Amino acid sequence: MENNIQTAEKNSRKKILLEAKNLVKEFPAGRNKGKSLVVHAISHVDLTLYEGETLALVGESGCGKSTLGRVLIRLLEATSGQICFDGKNIVEMNESAFSPYRKQMQIIFQDPYASLNPRMSVKQIIEEPLVTYGMRDKKEREMRVKALMKEVGIAEEFYNRYPHQFSGGQRQRIGIARAIALNPKLIICDEPVSALDVSIQSQVLNLLKDLQERYRLTYLFISHDLSVVKFIANRVCVMFLGCICEIGPTESLYEHPLHPYTRFLLNAIPKADPKLRSQEKELLSGELPSPINPPPGCRFHTRCPYARDICSQQAPCRKEINGREVFCHFPLED
Amino acid sequence: MKDKNEPNISAQIGEADTWLDKGKTLIRQNKLAALSALIILLIILAAVFAPVVAPYDHLQQSLTDRLKDPSAAHLLGTDELGRDVLSRIIFGARISLTIGLVPTLISMAIGTILGLFAGFYGGKTDFAIMRLADVMLAFPSLLLAMVVMYTMGGGLINIFIALSLVNWASTARIVRAQTLSLKEKEFVEAAKSVGVKKHVIMFRHILPNCLPSLIVLFTLNIPSAILSEASLSFLGIGAQPPSASWGLMAVRGKKYLFSEPWLSIAPSVAIMIVVLAFNFLGDGLRDVLDPYLKEQ
Amino acid sequence: MNEQLLQANSNAHEANTELVLDIRNLKSHFFTAKGVVPAVDGVSIQVPPGKIIGIVGESGCGKSMTAMSVMGLLRYPGKIVGGSIILSGKEITHIRPKELAKIRGNEISMIFQEPMTSLNPVYPIGHQVREAILLHQKISKEEAKNRVIDIFRAVGIPEPQKRYYSFPHQLSGGLRQRVMIGMAMVCRPKVMIADEPTTALDVTIEAQILRLMKKLCEEQGTSIILITHNMGVVAEICDYVYVMYAGKVMEQAETFTLFEKNSHPYTQGLLKSIPKLDEKTDRLYTIDGVVPNLLHLPEGCSFCTRCSQAQKRCFSEKPYLYETGQNHGVRCFQYESGVHLDGK
Repeated sequence: MENNIQTAEKNSRKKILLEAKNLVKEFPAGRNKGKSLVVHAISHVDLTLYEGETLALVGESGCGKSTLGRVLIRLLEATSGQICFDGKNIVEMNESAFSPYRKQMQIIFQDPYASLNPRMSVKQIIEEPLVTYGMRDKKEREMRVKALMKEVGIAEEFYNRYPHQFSGGQRQRIGIARAIALNPKLIICDEPVSALDVSIQSQVLNLLKDLQERYRLTYLFISHDLSVVKFIANRVCVMFLGCICEIGPTESLYEHPLHPYTRFLLNAIPKADPKLRSQEKELLSGELPSPINPPPGCRFHTRCPYARDICSQQAPCRKEINGREVFCHFPLED
Repeated sequence: MKDKNEPNISAQIGEADTWLDKGKTLIRQNKLAALSALIILLIILAAVFAPVVAPYDHLQQSLTDRLKDPSAAHLLGTDELGRDVLSRIIFGARISLTIGLVPTLISMAIGTILGLFAGFYGGKTDFAIMRLADVMLAFPSLLLAMVVMYTMGGGLINIFIALSLVNWASTARIVRAQTLSLKEKEFVEAAKSVGVKKHVIMFRHILPNCLPSLIVLFTLNIPSAILSEASLSFLGIGAQPPSASWGLMAVRGKKYLFSEPWLSIAPSVAIMIVVLAFNFLGDGLRDVLDPYLKEQ
Repeated sequence: MNEQLLQANSNAHEANTELVLDIRNLKSHFFTAKGVVPAVDGVSIQVPPGKIIGIVGESGCGKSMTAMSVMGLLRYPGKIVGGSIILSGKEITHIRPKELAKIRGNEISMIFQEPMTSLNPVYPIGHQVREAILLHQKISKEEAKNRVIDIFRAVGIPEPQKRYYSFPHQLSGGLRQRVMIGMAMVCRPKVMIADEPTTALDVTIEAQILRLMKKLCEEQGTSIILITHNMGVVAEICDYVYVMYAGKVMEQAETFTLFEKNSHPYTQGLLKSIPKLDEKTDRLYTIDGVVPNLLHLPEGCSFCTRCSQAQKRCFSEKPYLYETGQNHGVRCFQYESGVHLDGK
C-alpha cells in the first residue's frame, strides 16, 4: 500500500505530456424511425499521460480503446472535450497550427500487412514523414533512413525492397521505423503485436522497450492481451464500452483489481500453465451491450454479478483508493 | 464460405507474387489468355512493321487486278480498286489498334481522376461526379458518339474525341469504389498521421493500388472501342476513304458480298480475332491480378 | 528408462485404445509457381475417443493445412502426396467426394476462426442448423426444429426459441461461434476439428467458448482437435499436444509433460518467450530470426537456423522424432537414444 502512495506521489511530480478532459467521441450510425442514431464510442473520458511512461489501454473489442488512441492524436476529431499536449489545447487548432504537434505524436498499427503501402519501397515508406516535414537533402535523408532501419533491426541492403518481401515481424519493424522517424514524444501503439507470431512478438516487444529507453518515448499501448500489458506497461487503464473502469499502476492493479470487470478480465486469460486449470474460475457471462443504446447508470451493471439498484440508475463517480482511480459504486476489497 | 477460410499460400511462404510470378501463373492457369497475349503481340508487331510485313502497298491501285479471287499472289484477293486485301488488313491494324488504345487511354484517364476525387472527397463532389456518370451510362454510347461525329464531322481525331467522351463513366465507378475501400486502409491512416497532404495521399497511396484493376479494365475496354470505330465507319461517319480501317473495308465490301465475299469477311474476321483476343486476355488478367473486380 | 519397456508401453497405448482418427505420415504439398511447398511434411497424429488434442504452432507451420487435408478441403495447388488418414478404422485419404460429403458433418466436422464467413447471411441461423440436421438424418422438419432449439440451449445460446429466427449479422461473434459449434455437433460427430476457434473473440468470451468445448467433449464423448497458436488455450483444455514447426511435428506430449518437461529447443523457446502474468521481467526471451520460408528450408533440421543449441550435424542431417518418455516424442538429435516414432 505504501508502494501505491509512493507511485502516486511520483506521478504527481512527473511532467504531464498529454491530458484529455471530458473527451467525447460519437459516430453517426444511420437512422431508425426518423431518429438519427449515434454510437457512443467514448463517453466523457479523462486521461493523463506522463512523460516517459507506458500507459496501457485494455478492454474488449468495441470498448473504444482504439478510437480513444486515434482521437488523442487527432486522426479522428473529437466530438467534444479538450486535449492538452504540452499544455496547449490541440483540439481546436487548425491544420497548420497543429502541424508541429502532429510531428510529436505518431502511431504504430496493428496489422503489418495493411499499414504499409504495398507499392512503396521501404525507403519510400520510411522517408515519407521526413519529406513531409521538409528534409529536402537526398543524401541526408538516405542516411537518416538507413540509421532508422538499423535502429529497428532491418538490414541496410533491404533499402529498396517492397513490403511483400518481408515477414510480418519485419514489416512491423518498418512501421516502427516510420513512427520514430520524426523523433516524436508520444507513440500510440495500437495492438502492435497481436497480429504477430508468438516467437516474433517478444522480439518486437523488446524493441519497443529499448526504443523507449533510448529516446524517452511515451507510449499509449492499446492491447487486449493482458500478459503483454503486464510486461510493457507502467500504468494500466481498463475500459468498458467507452468508459474508464479503473486506472492504476500495473503491479497493484493486477494483484488487487478494484473494479469487478478488471477481475473478470484477469480471470478469463488462459494461462500457459496446465496446473492452474483445475481451479474452477469465475467467468463473466453475457455479451457486450450495444454502444448505440448503452445501459443507463454504470455501463457494466448488466454483466456485473455484484450490481445493486444504484448501479443501474447512477453512473459511478471517480473514487480514489490508495492512489488508484476507480469508477465503481462498490469497488472490490482485498 | 470456403474462399475466406482457404489459407493464403503466398502469405504462408512469406513472399507475395511478383509480376513475373503472376505472368507464370497466367500461362499455367489460362492457356487461352496466354495464346491471346501472343496473338495481340503478333498483331502489334505486324502493325508497327506494316511496310515490311505487307506484301504490297495498301494504297497502290491496279485496275487490271480488280476483284481477284484469293491466290498465291494475293492471299486474300484484291478489292474493287485492285488493292491487295491482306496488305490493307495489315495496315488497317494500325488504325484499329490506335483507335483501341488512344481513346481508351484518354477516357480511362478522365474516369480515373474523376473516380479518385469522387471516392476520396465524398459528399457533394462525389454526388455531382457520380450522377454525371450515371447519365453517361444511361445514354446509348454509340448514339452519343454519333451525335458528336455529326456535329464535328468524320475523321480519326474526332473519333478519338467522341469515344473518349463516352467511355469514362464505367472507369470512374470502379476507381471510386476502390478508392472508398483503400482510403480506410491503415497505410492511408499512417500517411495522414505524418501529415501527408491530401493530393499526395490520393496520387501516391491510393492510385498505384488501383493499378491492377485499371490494367484489367484497359484490356477489356480496348475491344469495345475497336467495335465502336467499326460501327461508326460502317455508318459512314468514322474513318474516311482511302484509309484502310477494318470497319470501312467491311462496309465497302458489302456491295460484293455474294460475288466476292472475302472483301467483307476478311476484315470482319480480323476485328473478331482482335476483340476476342483482348477479351480473353482481360479475363485471364482479371483472375490473376484482381480478385476484387471479379466479385463485381 | 528401459527401451524395450518403452516400446511395450507405447505399443500398448496404440493397441488398447481404439483411435477415432489416425493420421499417419501425412504429406500435403502445394505446387506453386515458385516451387513445391511442403506445407505438411510427414505428420502423424493419433486421436483417441473423448480427448482434446491440441496442435500448436506459428503461422505457416502447417497446422491448418493438416486439418484441411483431413477434411478433404485441400484444393489446387495443394495436394495430399503421401500418408494415410484413418477415421474410425476406415481409410478416407483418397475417398470420392460424394462419400466424403457423407462423412463430413456426420462423423467429422470443423469450425473456423471467423464464424461469419461460414454462415449464410440471408438465412436465419435456425434454418441453417436445421438444414444441417435434415441433410444427414431422416426426421420431420418439426422434429428437426426442436432438435435445433435443444442444441442451441446446449451450447448456451440465450432465448433459443427467439434466436432460431435471428440472422447471422444480428449475433455477436461469441454467439456466432456458439452457433457454429452447435452446427458442428448436430450429428454428434466422433471428431470435431476447431481451427483457431477463439482467436477472433475477446478473452471473456474465449473463456466461455473453451469451457463449452470442454463440456461437449466430456458429455458427448466427441474428440476435439484444437488448432491454435496460443499456449494458454492449450494449457487450459488440451489433453495431448503436438507442437508443429515448418510442416513437421517437433514435439508431442501430454499437456502436463509438455509444460513441465518440454524438451525441444523450439518448444522451450516458445514457452519462454510468452510474457507471464505472474512474473516481472525487463526483457523477454526471444527466438532469433524469422519463421522460415517453406520454399527454402534448411537442409538439416528445419529449426537449426534459429536454434540456440544447434550443432554441426543439425545443419546437414534431418532428425527423426525420438521417443523420450511415455507418449513423449521430440524431433531433436539430443534425444537420439530414443526409439524412432516416424513412419510407424
